[in-house]
Order: sequence, then structure tokens, then C-alpha cells
Amino acid sequence: MSEVVHTGHHDDHDHGPEKGILRWLYTTNHKDIGTLYLWFSFLMLFIGGALALVIRTELFQPGLQFIEPAFFNQMTTNHGLIMVFGAIMPAFVGLANWLLPMQVGAPDMALPRMNNLSFWIMPFAFGMMISTFFMDGGGPNFGWTFYAPLSTAYGPPSTTYFIFAVHLMGASSIMGSINIIATILNMRAPGMTLMKMPLFVWTWLITAFLLIAVMPVLAGAVTMMLFDIHFGTSFFNAAGGGDPVMFQHIFWFFGHPEVYIMILPAFGVVSHIIPTFARKPLFGYTSMVYAIASIAILSFVVWAHHMFTVGMPLFGQAFFMGATMVIAIPTGVKVFNWIATMWRGSMTFETPMLFALAFVILFTMGGFSGLMLSIVPADYQYHDTYFVVAHFHYVLVPGALFSIIAAVYFWFPKWTGKMYDEALGKLHFWLSFIGVNVTFFPQHFVGLAGMPRRIPDYALQFADFNMLSSVGAFIFGFSQLFFLYVLIKGIRSGKPAEGLSWEGAKGLEWTLPSPAPYHSFTNPPKVS
Amino acid sequence: MNTLKSITTKVALSLSLVLASGLALADELNLRAGVTEISKSVYDLHNLILLICVLIGVVVYGVMFVSMYLHRKSRGHEPAQFDDNHVLEIAWTIIPTLILVGMFIPSYGVLKEMYNTENAEMTVEVRGYQWKWEYKYVDEDYNNSFSFFSNLATPRAQIKNRQVKTETYLLEVDEPLRIPANRKVKFLVTAEDVIHAWWVPDFGIKRDAIPGIINELWAIVPEPGTYRGQCTELCGKDHGFMPIVVEVLPEVEFDLWYQDKVAEKIALDQSKKSQSDPEFLTVSSGG
Ligand code: HEM
Ligand SMILES: [Cu+2]
Ligand SMILES: [Cu+2]
Repeated sequence: MSEVVHTGHHDDHDHGPEKGILRWLYTTNHKDIGTLYLWFSFLMLFIGGALALVIRTELFQPGLQFIEPAFFNQMTTNHGLIMVFGAIMPAFVGLANWLLPMQVGAPDMALPRMNNLSFWIMPFAFGMMISTFFMDGGGPNFGWTFYAPLSTAYGPPSTTYFIFAVHLMGASSIMGSINIIATILNMRAPGMTLMKMPLFVWTWLITAFLLIAVMPVLAGAVTMMLFDIHFGTSFFNAAGGGDPVMFQHIFWFFGHPEVYIMILPAFGVVSHIIPTFARKPLFGYTSMVYAIASIAILSFVVWAHHMFTVGMPLFGQAFFMGATMVIAIPTGVKVFNWIATMWRGSMTFETPMLFALAFVILFTMGGFSGLMLSIVPADYQYHDTYFVVAHFHYVLVPGALFSIIAAVYFWFPKWTGKMYDEALGKLHFWLSFIGVNVTFFPQHFVGLAGMPRRIPDYALQFADFNMLSSVGAFIFGFSQLFFLYVLIKGIRSGKPAEGLSWEGAKGLEWTLPSPAPYHSFTNPPKVS
Repeated sequence: MNTLKSITTKVALSLSLVLASGLALADELNLRAGVTEISKSVYDLHNLILLICVLIGVVVYGVMFVSMYLHRKSRGHEPAQFDDNHVLEIAWTIIPTLILVGMFIPSYGVLKEMYNTENAEMTVEVRGYQWKWEYKYVDEDYNNSFSFFSNLATPRAQIKNRQVKTETYLLEVDEPLRIPANRKVKFLVTAEDVIHAWWVPDFGIKRDAIPGIINELWAIVPEPGTYRGQCTELCGKDHGFMPIVVEVLPEVEFDLWYQDKVAEKIALDQSKKSQSDPEFLTVSSGG
């Protein structure tokens, strides 16, 4: 068969994509859109990471060396916003796009055109948000939690653009979620009952419901801000009879489920990788599903643990303390299940496994500090210090982000048909592992010693650990550039991969050839 | 088995090393115990949960590392195929639940005590501004209440690295809050513009200062001394530059200082009264 015939027109049902840029603009294919999401989130990881390195550079030593406090606040705010909404969330949506149709035995996502729209909203949303840097008064500077009235009456003029950008992100997330739910509920292969679904599918089904439940709440919060800023309302303005604390209740009613939106799919990923490399079935599938579901439900009744210092009544404090502690139980169950999966397995330690194991260890660290933070009297000492910064970075970086990296290495052969370089992958792992711990472990100590978060300069007793933290941040940052190199090298010149790329891999996606065909399953497979 | 033995001894050795150096470092790395009864019980609580977390961690990570060592393919370990065990699953649901209940009860006790603002002997209103604190001593005769601002005292030259930084860099103010030792002081925390948070780590108290809302805190400080804290809620550009300094004076000394301040205030009001119109008077006596 000649090259010309193949690219000119297609006579088989497996027609290929359009050529050039139009392929990406018009695509309704789940793999193309997944690829777009993943590269977009990777770009955002680097932008958000660059901002983080600006922060760590300024904090390398006490005193103001490089930037002014007002700019520093823009850095922390946009770092948080870009990482949460631009890096972690779209990366998981990208994984969902790539994997869900393959894992449930479908040809594509259920709503392909909406899929295209939900991705193409994102560059505009972030383009708008980042453009605020160049506006009068600068970009958002009120923290990723944008508490009113700092973000309303006292916010920069560009806040309106920020609000609009958040609306766009929300619309995109909701469309993505509807698509995911429709795909999972309607397009499973015959015989795949709910309780036979792979765990990544389960976690995303539940995550999608969480998103649909809370994104409108976030939209409500920013809309009320918009009204306070432009239309003279006083939702959050005490002088006009409003309540700044109400903002926080609304924000965290979104915000706490949001943190689980960022970790449930990670649970799914790890639940695929560990059994594969332990060559042993996942321990406690049923309890895993129930644990995810109960975490999701509980995540709606713990929001005020972010607000222990606002002055709630005693009973309220006790309730939110208790509810938060309860979440530790299903979380613990998941960790125990992963370890029981490893137990008496036959383990090998390829790169995805290394990242998955680091996930289990370091996410658990974040769980411990979370448990400590749930103890109200102690939280008074920890709240808004670097202890909290250490906590959420442990659950988000070696937690959510490591799981994404693990997923990329794990499914890389299926996506590209090539193998990445294992030695380089391992090197990337060790650099990241060391970097992340050197960056964030000392932050527990400066937090306990009393260093507040979100400050551009600090007292002298915090100096040593901050310096260490900054060194770690640079190691971590540059090892992600190395990741980019490993990926490109793999795509360009990796060895061809087999359909079943890992000895112990189970699941429908591994029954497809590598790379997977453009339309995953044109004939539904049978699941017994 | 021999290797296992030598590994356990090695692990035990290094653990005790870590523990020993840990104890030496503990003071520097751990939460501070503070000086009030409350802050000390918070410290005990913190140590308790930290210990529980460490113990759980030792077990969980221990099992994990043993598994990673023993159950590898390179040692020729054949995979088992079990995928559930109901006894285990029930155990690791029930046991954590019990541990959590055990943590909840003492925590609630401390919390309840912290919420008991009754029987305060004096009241100070703490008000956050962008970017300074105002302290108002609420006198029994409200007209004699006096207040002052507390600003960062660190010179700009130190911040911009043109001068050597002193030991209390960024933690010093022009006029500290003064309170007496051994008396129950109630703080009414609020703010003028955006949300701030008032935190004195050594007293174990922190509360958001929110415009339109008055939050209550209290402390009894047994030891005179100078205690430092910082604003802990992002409040704009100079959030990092509005420290809190509380000087705790022996009771007698405090009373003398307080009387002086009240006298000053009365004198000031008097001089205002003598030169102002009646309208002004009604405003000031309305409080
Ligand atoms: C055992 C599970 C967890 C518990 C008990 C827990 C508890 C808490 C508590 C009490 C706080 C508030 C601390 C404070 O501000 O004083 C907090 C903050 C936070 N947690 Fe967790 N957490 C857990 C897991 C997670 C997970 C899985 C994530 C995300 C993947 C997460 C992300 C965050 C974030 C982002 C914040 C800080 C938000 C901010 O103020 O900017 N946590 N956590
Ligand atoms: Cu939360
Ligand atoms: Cu502040």
C-alpha cells in the first residue's frame, strides 16, 4: 500500500483525522480532545510552576529582594488558580477523555461536539485570566480563595475579567461532566454492570456528579461578587447589611468538594497501576467503590473546617470537626486496600509503579496532617500558616499530580504505540520525589514555628527552612522539564509497544492494539 | 531469615537514632507550648495527635515497606490471588473509628474551655486595618475608653536589605498591646476594611477580624513578657507587615500604666470640651 493512497482517502471504516491545525480545532474525537486537554494542562503546569518559582525565589531569603508585595500576591493567587483550574482539573479530564471510552468498550464519548466545545473554552478562559496581569492595577491578588471583601470592594479593576474567566471554566467543567456521565451510563459494553466497571471509571462517574453539584455554587459566588462590584448590592458587604462570612461558606461549599474532585480520579488511577505491577487483583473492589461514594457524600458536610477561625458557635465547630474526622475512615480504607493489594503480590517497580507508590506514601502524609488540621483547638495554631500549605501540597503534588504523571507513563504505550525510556523515567521519578519532599516537608516545621502563609517576607527564625524549600522547588520544577524531554523522546524514538504493554495489565483498553485505533471500539466487546 | 533479622536491627537502630536526634530537635521543630493554660493544653493535644499519626504511620508504612521488600518479582515471589478479607476490612474500619473518637473527646474538652469567655476582668477591642492594628481598652466608664494604633516598627531599610536585620525583624511595633498578667482578658476582634486575623501563638488564640462582626477571645497569661504574632489572613499588599506584639505586665505595673492612660484620655477630652461647641459634646458622650 502506498503512502499517497493512505493519506488521500480512506476506504476502511477507521477513517483518520483531518490534517493540520483544523484537525485540532474541529476534532470531536475523544483521543484528540484528550490529547489537547493533556498538553494544555501541561502548559498550565509550567506557567503555574513558573509563578511558584518566582514566589520561592523571593522567599529564598528574608527581606524583599526581587518583587514587591503587591506583585507577590498576584503570584500566589494566580499560581493557585492556574494549578487548580488549569493544570490538575484539565489533566484529569484529559485522562477521562482518553481512557473512559476505551475502558467501557465504547467507540468515543457520548457527546463529541460538546466535548470539543468544553475543551476550546479553556484557552479563552485562561487567556482572559492571564491577560489581567497586563491591566491597570494588575491581576487577581486576593488568594485563590478570593475572600470578599478583599476581592470585591478592595479588589483590582481586573476582577471582572477574573469573574468571567471563572464562569467559563465552570461552564467547561459542567459540559465535560455531563459528557462523562452520559458516556459511562449509556455506552458501556454489554455485560459491564456498574459493579464491574474499572475503578477509574467509577471515580470519574462520582467526580462528575460532584462537579455538576458544586460548579454552579462557585458560579453563584462569583456572580454575587460581580453584583457587589458593579450593581450596588451588598451580599458580602457588612456596611450594607451583607456578610463577608457568607462568602466563605459559599466558597467552601464548592471548595471542599473541589479538593475531592482533584483526588478521586487519582484514586482511580492508582487503583489500576498497583494491581498491574503487583500482578494481583485489586483488594476490596467493592469497599473501594463504597469508600469513594462515602467520601463524595461526606465532602458536602465538612466545608467549614476551612473556617474554624471565623467564629462559629461551639456546636458548629464540633460538628465540622467530627464530620471531617469521619472522612479519614473511608480514606484510610482506600490506603489499606492498596497496601493489601501489594501484599503477597509479585511486584516490579517500573516508573508508573514508582509514582503510584510514592502517591500512597505521600498522600497518606497529607492525610495525617489533614487529620491534625481537623482538630479545632490545634487548627487555631495551624490555620493560615505554612502547616496548611504543607498539608495541601502533600495531597495535591505527590497526590494528584503524581497520579497524573503515573497515568501518563502507564498509558503512554497505549496512546502512542511507543515505549518511553525506562531509565529516564526512573530518573524523573527520583528527581521529583526528592524535589517534592525537600520543598514541602520543611514547610510543616516553619508552619508549626508560626510562619503565616501568603507573606512575601518573614521573620529571621524561618530563614533556614525557607531556603531549603526554595532549593527543593527548583529541583522539582526543573525535573518536570526533564519529564517533557522524556515524553518527547518517547514519542519520537521510543521502541514500539505491544497491545498488552504491561505484563500484569487488566482491562479492555489493553485488548486494543497500541497505539489504540482512532475509534476505540467500533464493535462492542463482550464483558463476562 | 538472617537478612530479615539484620534488617530489623538496622531499622531499630536508625529509628532510635532518629528518635534521639528528634528529641533534641523537637523543641525547635515542634509547635510551641506557649505560656497559657489553654496554649499548653493545645500543645498536649497536638502532641497526642501527632503521636497517633506517627504510630499509625509506622504500622502502615512498615507493612508497605516489608511488602515492597519481600513481595517482589525479582525475589521470585509468586503472586497470591486473594482480593478480599472481611475480617481485615471490618477491623480497619472499626479501629480507626475508635481512635478518632478517642481524639474527638479531649479536643472537644479543650475547645469548650476556649469558648468560655465568662468572668473576664477586662476587655480590649482589637480592630484590624489595612495594615495595622488598633487596640481599644474598653473602660467601665465607656467615655474613658482609650485606644491607639500599633504599626510595624521595622525600618524600610531593613526590609530592603540596606540595613542589618535585627532579631525581632518584622515582629516589632511602635506601640504594643499591654495587658496585665494573671487576669482574664477578653478580646473583641473585628476589622474596619477587609478580613484580618489576630493571632498570638504563645496564648494559643487566633480569630478572624471581620468587618461587621465581633468575635470573642480570651487569655490569662501567668508570665509577664513580650509575645509576638502576625496577621494570618491575607488582607492585601502589606499583609506580611502588620505584626502583633503583646506586652504582659505585672499587675501593679499594668494598673499604673492604665491609670496614666485613662488620665491622659480624660485630660484630652477636657481640653476638647473647653474649646468645642455643645454639638461635639453630645457626640462624644454618646460614645
Ligand atoms: C484525610 C483527609 C483530609 C482531611 C482530614 C483534611 C482536612 C483539612 C483541613 C481541616 C483543612 C483546613 C486547614 C486550615 O485552613 O486551617 C484543609 C485544607 C486544605 N486541604 Fe485538606 N484534608 C484532607 C484531604 C485533602 C485532600 C485529599 C485534598 C486535595 C487533594 C486537600 C486539599 C486541601 C486544600 C487545598 C486545603 C487548603 C485550602 C486553602 O486554604 O487554600 N485536603 N484540609
Ligand atoms: Cu476541606
Ligand atoms: Cu493580614
